[in-house]
Amino acid sequence: MSAVVAEHDDHHDHHEHGPAKGLLRWVITTNHKDIGTLYLLFALTMFFVGGAMAMVIRAELFEPGMQFVNPQFFNSMTTMHALVMVFGAVMPAFVGLANWMIPMMIGAPDMALPRMNNMSFWLLVAGVLLLASTLFMEGGAPASGWTLYPPLVLQTGKALPFAIFSVHLLGISSIMGAINIIATIFNMRAPGMTLMKMPMFVWTWLITAFLLIAIMPVFAGAVTMLLTDKFFNTSFFDAAGGGDPVLYQHIFWFFGHPEVYVMILPTFGVASTIIPVFARKPLFGYSSMVYATASIAFLSFIVWAHHMFTVGMPIAGELYFMYATMLIAIPTGVKVFNWTATMWKGSMTFETPMLFSIAFVVLFTMGGFTGLMMSVAPVDFQYHDTYFIVAHFHYTLVPASVFILMAAGYFWLPKWTGHMYDERIGRLHFWLSVVSVNILFFPQHFLGLAGMPRRIPDYAVQFADWNMISSIGGFIFGASQLLFLYIVIDTIKGGTGEKVTDEVWEDAAKHSLEWTLPSPPPYHSFTTPPTVIPTEHI
Amino acid sequence: MKKTKQLFAGLILMALGLGTAQAEYTLNLMRGVTKVSNDIYDLHMLILWICVFIGIGVFGTMFYSIYHHRKSRGHKAEQFHENTTVEIIWTIIPTLILIGMAIPATKAMIELDDVQESEMSIKVTGHQWKWEYEYLDNGIHFFSSLDEASNKVRQVGSGIDPRSVPHYLLNVDKPLVIPTKKKIRFVFTSADVIHSWWVPDLGWKKDTNPGFINESWTSVDEPGTYRGQCTELCGKDHGFMPIVVIAMNEPDYNAWVEQQKAAIAAEAGSASKQWTNEELIAKGKSVYDTNCSSCHMADGAGLSGTFPAITASKVVTGDINAQIKLMLDGKGMMPAFGKILSPVDFAAVVTYTRNGLGNSVGDSIQPSAIQTLQSATPAAGKNE
Repeated sequence: MSAVVAEHDDHHDHHEHGPAKGLLRWVITTNHKDIGTLYLLFALTMFFVGGAMAMVIRAELFEPGMQFVNPQFFNSMTTMHALVMVFGAVMPAFVGLANWMIPMMIGAPDMALPRMNNMSFWLLVAGVLLLASTLFMEGGAPASGWTLYPPLVLQTGKALPFAIFSVHLLGISSIMGAINIIATIFNMRAPGMTLMKMPMFVWTWLITAFLLIAIMPVFAGAVTMLLTDKFFNTSFFDAAGGGDPVLYQHIFWFFGHPEVYVMILPTFGVASTIIPVFARKPLFGYSSMVYATASIAFLSFIVWAHHMFTVGMPIAGELYFMYATMLIAIPTGVKVFNWTATMWKGSMTFETPMLFSIAFVVLFTMGGFTGLMMSVAPVDFQYHDTYFIVAHFHYTLVPASVFILMAAGYFWLPKWTGHMYDERIGRLHFWLSVVSVNILFFPQHFLGLAGMPRRIPDYAVQFADWNMISSIGGFIFGASQLLFLYIVIDTIKGGTGEKVTDEVWEDAAKHSLEWTLPSPPPYHSFTTPPTVIPTEHI
Repeated sequence: MKKTKQLFAGLILMALGLGTAQAEYTLNLMRGVTKVSNDIYDLHMLILWICVFIGIGVFGTMFYSIYHHRKSRGHKAEQFHENTTVEIIWTIIPTLILIGMAIPATKAMIELDDVQESEMSIKVTGHQWKWEYEYLDNGIHFFSSLDEASNKVRQVGSGIDPRSVPHYLLNVDKPLVIPTKKKIRFVFTSADVIHSWWVPDLGWKKDTNPGFINESWTSVDEPGTYRGQCTELCGKDHGFMPIVVIAMNEPDYNAWVEQQKAAIAAEAGSASKQWTNEELIAKGKSVYDTNCSSCHMADGAGLSGTFPAITASKVVTGDINAQIKLMLDGKGMMPAFGKILSPVDFAAVVTYTRNGLGNSVGDSIQPSAIQTLQSATPAAGKNE
């Protein structure tokens, strides 16, 4: 490593090389911004693909009775919607943000492992395409829910090995991305940027990367056992051969619970980045934010069986997982209180990124409350596998992770492109989204409490009203996102025509290094390390 | 300003009014009909109110700040950004609240888990896509599937209004009957994939795992009909395997038990009589509709790639004994119907598939022959 650096220093006459010409640039690129752009555009595309599947689901549930699709295809839709949104949209979007922002935030020229970066992106594309191809296979796409529980998943048609191989590819891609992020953060920080001076977004991604490395192999192992159970006569999950189907659930959720935090921790990081800028105040309790994030990450490994309270565990297991799960409320509460304290006595303005961030704090907290309710094991015997849980996790994913991704888009698009987006359309997008997302998901709490199970294509007539309202909210929410697509394209093409400054937002450079670079930033971010480290966020 | 406030207050009142009007079954958890379900309901309300109060505090502070501490009102940002004391306070207070919640939660959990000293036991087996009930104390044993009216309506594009069917998707052909005021232990298992047995009024659900036994219990005070559904995704017709529990007073329940025993005796008698082909085919059609049509489709066309067609099937138009053997033992996703169907139903459906659904083999099998075969094959295990 050091040899490479030395050699680099010898060639003082080398000049800034820009991107390769033509389409090939995007295939062979090793540049963190190009790869970040690829990740973000891919995620946006998948957001609409997964969203289209959600529209099929909400259309079928618009009224009682079966109108459009058969039940098997409906189950494929719920399964694929989840897999596409988790592995194709939300996770890649955050990796895209990491690629773009981490080198710029820590004062580095690029990611530490640029070639692996390229490979990790293209493996992701291969994995998602393989997954999508199962839709056209004999027997249809997997229809067992994204959790792929045996024995049901073993009834999948020809698609099963393809889906499993796709999970392997996605896992390899995620692990490579995570290694790259850790290597970059540990080796490429500018002089003076100690760990406790890093921006929160960098901190949350560092912790997330460790989570990813710990859990993706577990998931790969679980699905490989499915593969051998199906094709090589093993009996990991088959009681007739001495196995146990519940074993799969334990392994899956040991991956699955940290996995949901993989999607939420970087969300916290972006929120902690945006709120101080628009409150014109330093982040409140920086170090407690870091410790809270680390505590949440640790707790995420010891609470997995709260997804399985009704599976038939001994009472000691039920109680332990209930207590451990309740504990998560403490660090999560600290985060919410800190964000509130950051806004307190600030001098706030409400540009689109701030609007989305405030909506995130409020609506994520709603998801947190229902999470707390479900942590109570005996009551979860009622909530479990109903629309109540559907409402819960959509609150923590859509108006939380997805809203923050939107906020990040509005926040950094001017920096990335050098153009300002249209604030009026941005606010319209926000208000449509925030109203419709609540019309979409809030009634699902009522449905779940009233007794509607999840993952059913048709329902008893007493659930009709709220389902229709929920579907209407879903259609408005889906359509509103086209505004975001328009804004992204419009901003890339020139936006409002207003030339943005390096800082873009008032005094942003006091908070983080990316705002000291020109807008758009040079192809290689910091070719010489910055000398002044912003400390406003600490 | 004043007008907006009035409008807002009006809207809130309206929402509350709607809330109470529909509170019976569309907005909140049901109280249910057992002590456990009531305890769970109280716990649910306790935590809900805790969340509401915390929410009012946090969101109130946030919105106060959003309203007052804005640049457009000329508020200057203060620069404080750390206070160890408040961090400690807002760590300790939630911890105390959580301990306050954990105590009643632990009590309820222990109560829910205690299946001891039950007075009778019912074994529940999940099947794709129906429930099997076995009264371990008196030998009553039957299957319970979605009722015929709902089943017609729920076919894709049936065009029939679900509102025209009473208890659409929440009705079965044969409900589970239990006595009131008795502690009943349920044991759960599954014949194929994982299902979950949930009647909200009883206050809990429990997964049915193939090859393993789970336990739970209930004791219902008031006679009544309580409905629920399968709550673990179990394949194509997961949404179409409801549960109906009828709780009866002791005398009514005893009468029902006697009636069931008489029906079992009658069934045994009809298996030994000689049936005509027409009788078998007529009966076989209804057996087929209940047990086979969800996979092989009502017209016998199957589902390409997953479920083979019956029409022109090599098995169904081939040797009758081979077909019977396959149906007795099951294969892959096909359940072992030898353990599910009575001899009469079994013989009827075999005869029907060979002489209906576009097939015309012309032969038939008598229930008595099936009875002999069923008693010769002890409970078939999982075949290679």
